[in-house]
Amino acid sequence: MPLENIKKIMLVLSGKGGVGKSSVTTQLALTLSLQGHSVGVLDIDLTGPSIPRFFGIEEHKVRQAPGGWIPVPVHDKQNLPASASSHNGSSNGSTSNSATVEKDVGSLSCMSLGFILANRSDAVIWRGPKKTAMVRQFLTDVLWPPLDFLLVDTPPGTSDEHISLLETLLKSTSGPTAPPGQLAGAVVVTTPQAISISDVKKELNFCKKTGIRVLGVVENMAGFVCPNCSECTYVFSKGGGKVMADDFGVPFLGSVPIDPAFVMLIEEGVRPVYPKGTVVGGKVAIEKQSEEGSTTSAEKTSDGLLVDKYRDCSLAPLFDGIVGTLVEDIKSMV
Amino acid sequence: MAPSLEEPTQVDLDAPLKNAPKLVAPEPEHCPGPESTQAGVADSCAGCPNQKICASAPKGPDPDIPLITARLSTVRHKILVLSGKGGVGKSTFSTLLSYAFASNPALTVGLMDTDICGPSIPKMLGVEDETIHVSGEGWEPVWVLDNLGVMSVQFMLPNRDDAVIWRGAKKNGLIKKFLSEVRWGDTDVLVVDTPPGTSDEHLSVNSFLKTSGVDGAVLVCTPQEVALLDVRKEIDFCRKAGIPVLGLVENMSGFVCPGCKHESQIFRASTGGGRKLAEDEGIPFLGAVPLDPRIGQACDYGESFLDAFPESPACAAIKEVVRGVGREMGIKGDILGEE
Repeated sequence: MPLENIKKIMLVLSGKGGVGKSSVTTQLALTLSLQGHSVGVLDIDLTGPSIPRFFGIEEHKVRQAPGGWIPVPVHDKQNLPASASSHNGSSNGSTSNSATVEKDVGSLSCMSLGFILANRSDAVIWRGPKKTAMVRQFLTDVLWPPLDFLLVDTPPGTSDEHISLLETLLKSTSGPTAPPGQLAGAVVVTTPQAISISDVKKELNFCKKTGIRVLGVVENMAGFVCPNCSECTYVFSKGGGKVMADDFGVPFLGSVPIDPAFVMLIEEGVRPVYPKGTVVGGKVAIEKQSEEGSTTSAEKTSDGLLVDKYRDCSLAPLFDGIVGTLVEDIKSMV
Repeated sequence: MAPSLEEPTQVDLDAPLKNAPKLVAPEPEHCPGPESTQAGVADSCAGCPNQKICASAPKGPDPDIPLITARLSTVRHKILVLSGKGGVGKSTFSTLLSYAFASNPALTVGLMDTDICGPSIPKMLGVEDETIHVSGEGWEPVWVLDNLGVMSVQFMLPNRDDAVIWRGAKKNGLIKKFLSEVRWGDTDVLVVDTPPGTSDEHLSVNSFLKTSGVDGAVLVCTPQEVALLDVRKEIDFCRKAGIPVLGLVENMSGFVCPGCKHESQIFRASTGGGRKLAEDEGIPFLGAVPLDPRIGQACDYGESFLDAFPESPACAAIKEVVRGVGREMGIKGDILGEE
C-alpha cells in the first residue's frame, strides 16, 4: 500500500463551501514544509479542485509510473537562504520574523484531479459511484515519496467523497502494516458567521459519528484589516469559531484574518508587502518599506518559490503557531 | 493493478430516466447508472452483482417524471441558482432573490433548498426550527411570508446540528420527493438553490425538471480566479446539460471600509472578475453586489436584508440584479412591481 510511506494523515474538513479549506490546507502544507517536514497534499474535491491553482502548478500533469501515479512536486527538500526582506525590512529588530532567517524546508508534492483534466474549465459531471472509485484510487494508487504528513483537502459536505475517504482510510490505517496512529485526525475550518457555523456543526457531528479525532477548529476570514486606515472590520462577524469549539469540547486553533496580500500571492505570485504599522492577529506584520530602491522590481515578479514568498506573508507567523500546536498534539497522541 | 490515466468519463446527460431498481451491492466504478437504458447490458456491468436486477428491471421512463410534471404544472417559472464554488453566496442570493420577488404582492414564490448536506436556507429565512406538515395532498412547504414558501431537508432533521451522511442515490431520492410530493401549488416563481459542484444533486434536478421546463440558471461567482475556475466548470455543465444561462452575478465584489470609506478588493479580480468571464463566455452579466457585512448579519439573524437596509448601495445593486433576472426570464414590466 502506498500509504505505508506516510507517517501521519490529517484531513481538512468543513461542512460549508468557500470558507477556506483549500486556503488553510495550502498554508498548513507550506508551514509544515517550512518547519522541515516533508508534506503531501491530496485534493479529493473532484468537481471543484483548487489545489493546483493555490500552489501555482495548474499547468502540470500527473505522470504515470509502474504501479501508480507520481504526485506533482511543488518543491524539493532544500535550504532556503535568508529572504531578501532581511536587508531592507525590520531593521529595528522588534519585528524579527521567521522570514529573515535561513531555513531548511521539507519537500512538498500534490495530487489532484485537476492534474488529470485535459482542459481547466471542463466540468467533471460525475455521480456518486464514480467519485467513490476515484477517491479510492487516489488513496491506493498514488506513489507518495516518504512523507511526514499527508494533508487531505476535501469538498464541502458529508457525502460520497467523505464516506469513501473515511471507509478507505479507516480500513487501511488499522491494518497491521500501517504505522501506529497514522490517521491523526481532522482540522475543521469555519468562518465566524452563524450560517457557516451551523453547517460546520454538522461536520463535527460527522467526525463524532465516524470516530475521527478533531484536532481543532480554525476560524478563517475573521476580520479584514483595511489597508488604508488599518482598521479591522469583522466582515463575516466574529468569535463564532471559538464558541463552537467550546460547545463541542474540541481545541480552538486560532482565528485567521482576511489578508488581501495572501490572495495576491496566490493569484499573481506577488511577494506580500504591507503598509507600515499593519497589525494582524495582535502582532505587527512584517514591515517592508516599499520605497523605491529598497523594493526592486524583481521582487514584484513571480520569481521565487511560493514557500519562500509565503514567509513574508502576515499569516505565516499565525500558521506557524497553529502548526506548532498541531504537531505537538499529534506527537503526544502516540 | 496500475491505474489508468484515461480521460474522465462523463455521464450521459440525455439518457432517459427510468425508475432505479433496488440494488444488492454498491454500483461499480463505470456503472452506467441503474436508471439508464444501458443498465445491466453495458460492458462494465459484467460481473456486477446487480447485473441481473438492473437487466430485468422494467425499461422505459421513470414513472415519477409525469408525477413531477403534473405537480409542477402550476409553477410558472423555475430558476436554478448555481455555482461550481462553495461559499460564494448561492444561498444568500437565492434568499435575496426570493425576498425580492415576494416583495411584489402579485407574485407567489417558492424556494427549494437542494443542498442536502449543508442546508442554509432555513436559517437565512429565520425558520430553522419549523417542521413540515404532511397532509393527504402532499407535503406543505414552510411559509415564511404569505407569498413565500420554502422546502429544505433541515425541516426534517430531529436535531438542528445532525449531519446528513448520505451518498448520492439517497440524496436524489429526497430531491425527487421535494418535487413530486411538495404542494407548491399556484406558484409564480420557484427558485432552486443548489450545493456547490456538478454532481448528483445537479444532475437529478436537471433530469427531473427537464419535461416541466426550466427558465434557466443564475450563476453566482466571486471576483477571484480561484472561484471563477469552478464557475467555468459550471457554465460547461449548463452547456452540456442544455440549461439556459440567465446570467452571472458577481458577489462580494469590493468592500468599503466603514471607517475610512476606502474601497478594497478583498477578493481581487486578477483575471477581470465576473464581468470578463461573462463576456468571454457570451452570457449576460447581471451585476456586481458589493461585500456588505450587514448582508451576512441579516442572514445570521434570519432577516431580509432588503427590508432592513433599503437605502444601502448593496440593496440597490441586488434589486438591479433581480430586475435583470426578471428581464432575462422574459417577464414584461418590473418584476419587483415598483415601477
